[in-house]
Amino acid sequence: MSDETLLRGGTVVDATGTRRADVLVAGGVVQAVGEGLDAPAGVRVLDAGGCVVAPGLVDLHVHLRQPGREEAETVETGSRAAALGGFTCVVAMPNTEPAIDSAAMVREVQALAATALCDVAVSGAITVGRAGERLAPMAEMAALGVRLFTDDGTGVQDARLMRRALEYARGLGVVLAQHCEDAALAGGGSMHEGAWSSRLGLPGQPAEAEEVMVLRDIALARLTGARVHFQHLSTARSVGFVAQAKAEGLPVTAEATPHHFTLTDACCAGYDPVFKVHPPLRTGTDVAAVRQGLASGALDAIATDHAPHAPHLKEQPFDQAPPGMLGLETALALALTELDLPIEHVLALLSWQPAAVLGLADHGGPVAAGRPAHLCVIDADAEWVVDPARLASRARNTPYVGRAMRGRVRHTLLRGEPVVVDGEATR
Amino acid sequence: MTRAAARHLRSITELGADGIIELLELTDHMVEVNRRPIPKVPALRGRTVVSLFYEDSTRTRLSFETAAKRLSADTMSFSVGTSSVKKGESLRDTVETIEAMGIDAVVVRHASAGVPWQLSQWIDAAVVNAGDGWHEHPTQALLDCYTIRTELGRPFEDLHVAIVGDVKHSRVARSDVLALRALGARVTLVAPPTLLPPSLEGWDVEVSHDLDDVVATVDVAYVLRMQLERQEQALVPTLREYATCFGLTPARAARLPGHALIMHPGPMNRGVEIAPEVADLPRAVITKQVANGVAVRMAVLFWLLGSEPTPSTSGGDE
Repeated sequence: MSDETLLRGGTVVDATGTRRADVLVAGGVVQAVGEGLDAPAGVRVLDAGGCVVAPGLVDLHVHLRQPGREEAETVETGSRAAALGGFTCVVAMPNTEPAIDSAAMVREVQALAATALCDVAVSGAITVGRAGERLAPMAEMAALGVRLFTDDGTGVQDARLMRRALEYARGLGVVLAQHCEDAALAGGGSMHEGAWSSRLGLPGQPAEAEEVMVLRDIALARLTGARVHFQHLSTARSVGFVAQAKAEGLPVTAEATPHHFTLTDACCAGYDPVFKVHPPLRTGTDVAAVRQGLASGALDAIATDHAPHAPHLKEQPFDQAPPGMLGLETALALALTELDLPIEHVLALLSWQPAAVLGLADHGGPVAAGRPAHLCVIDADAEWVVDPARLASRARNTPYVGRAMRGRVRHTLLRGEPVVVDGEATR
Repeated sequence: MTRAAARHLRSITELGADGIIELLELTDHMVEVNRRPIPKVPALRGRTVVSLFYEDSTRTRLSFETAAKRLSADTMSFSVGTSSVKKGESLRDTVETIEAMGIDAVVVRHASAGVPWQLSQWIDAAVVNAGDGWHEHPTQALLDCYTIRTELGRPFEDLHVAIVGDVKHSRVARSDVLALRALGARVTLVAPPTLLPPSLEGWDVEVSHDLDDVVATVDVAYVLRMQLERQEQALVPTLREYATCFGLTPARAARLPGHALIMHPGPMNRGVEIAPEVADLPRAVITKQVANGVAVRMAVLFWLLGSEPTPSTSGGDE
């Protein structure tokens, strides 16, 4: 079969604007963009009628669980879920078992990703074993292409060590990303501390456990001049602090997850651990502030924090179950359904802005001749209902079972290869 | 909730005032049964009640098992120490295995809040919460209300109850607040702020940090157990200081109104939350609480599993 594909009848949306255009792809590269393109002989024509054709989505925050937790997800199953969600690049978090804290571990995951259905940007741990004690060999990992370092799952607690990490990272031109959670203040809390945790008798973690580390790291960005990326911000004040830091001109960026703009701590009332996540689901005020932050530009990106867990682990008591929920296959639809934003803005948050956070050259760029053909075709009006049995992810821990959504990925192209056609993965 | 709609007893909120009153009235029948020479009725003959205790307990477990036996139910008992949980079996596998043996009710105690809700998703048997983490202990609240009603004989609307001590970590306090407020009693929580829940939004209670301010105005001084490890968590500087500030000392007990009750869910730390001589005062109805516990649990099991309006008045075989 020819490797030429014509996306016909769609509306191209990218950072440069919106226009009706067909897109011809060959050799992994966009060959032509324009209205009424002719289909060369042997070309595969994919219907994009009524759809938006956009740069592939970029997820800054995904747990692929390999190596170590293959019963929850593998690079293959996670990348299939990503492709079905419209993502052509995901950042794999380093909290695997063992952690990705060395060149050897980076190479191992990069090798697993060679045949994945999306590009996998492997991130590295800031500290050895994510233990928060000694710096991991960041330069060796950066030499293999690692662009982002994080101890995600925990924050770097020691302010002096974080300062050193930021200074060192500045020299390498890489981004440090922080899971903001002061461990002592969070105190092992398994949900947001407030009216609901008090009533439910569950140990809570206060919003301030996140906020003190956001403030500390803003101070450290000021001190070191290094880039800081704030992961999954969940509180109204965190969003405000980052907005202020940006107004001051500090080099900070931030992401928020779909669950933090759609769900509140009241979801925990039935004690279903599917709603347990770190940072925890917050109050309605926080949800509104996260939405506002996505609208105003205080937040740069929507990132899923896709965190698969094997069913038996999510059937433990709430306070013992591991935190995290699936996100890759529902993120785009939730953003289109729940955020009152034009699709151009939603795609900025899901594609070119996260690509810019990471400094990715190949993803998120304009749909134009000569560009790598990482594309997604979105039927923004398609209505569907989340059925966990139909998810490509190996795990089933979605909090959106039975939820009606609007917006679905019709096709995804990775380097020109149609990895999703008509909503089905091709391999 | 009325009896017809009752499937489980996981929280006092499932009962509402009507359900609580219905259960207290049913408890009167059970007290009568317990006074008989042979305190046993065939009301739950052929029914099987399993007690599933993931946490140590003496009084609650024995109380439920006695209650089930007095209603002629078959009982099975499960304790973590001697079970396949020690071999790594999951909660779900354990309860599904037990249910496969054919059971009608599970009485569950677990250190984690919410476990009774999870169980009720997995099995068809009635789930009775015998204490879940810090969350609730509904039968304790029912026996406390029953004890208050029988000992004081006044409408709950006219009563002021002080709940003193570690409310934050107390399932007894959460259930008692819900039950007492549903019945119309005035409730004051008395504790240092470190031992109160982070938020009391929706609790509809008063709060005091000074027990001396409150003792003279209460009809019931309900003293909570002070767990010894709270000192290590910096929630109180020392247990001695706690005893000085929040313990029910003889001096404080002497300032209680003449009719006022002293209650405690047990087990007591004598000398910490309650002075030894105070625990032995006639107005300290702690062993009456235990006695009423059996009758209340008979009422709860009968309410959930029984087929008649009240237990048959005939003893022995039908």
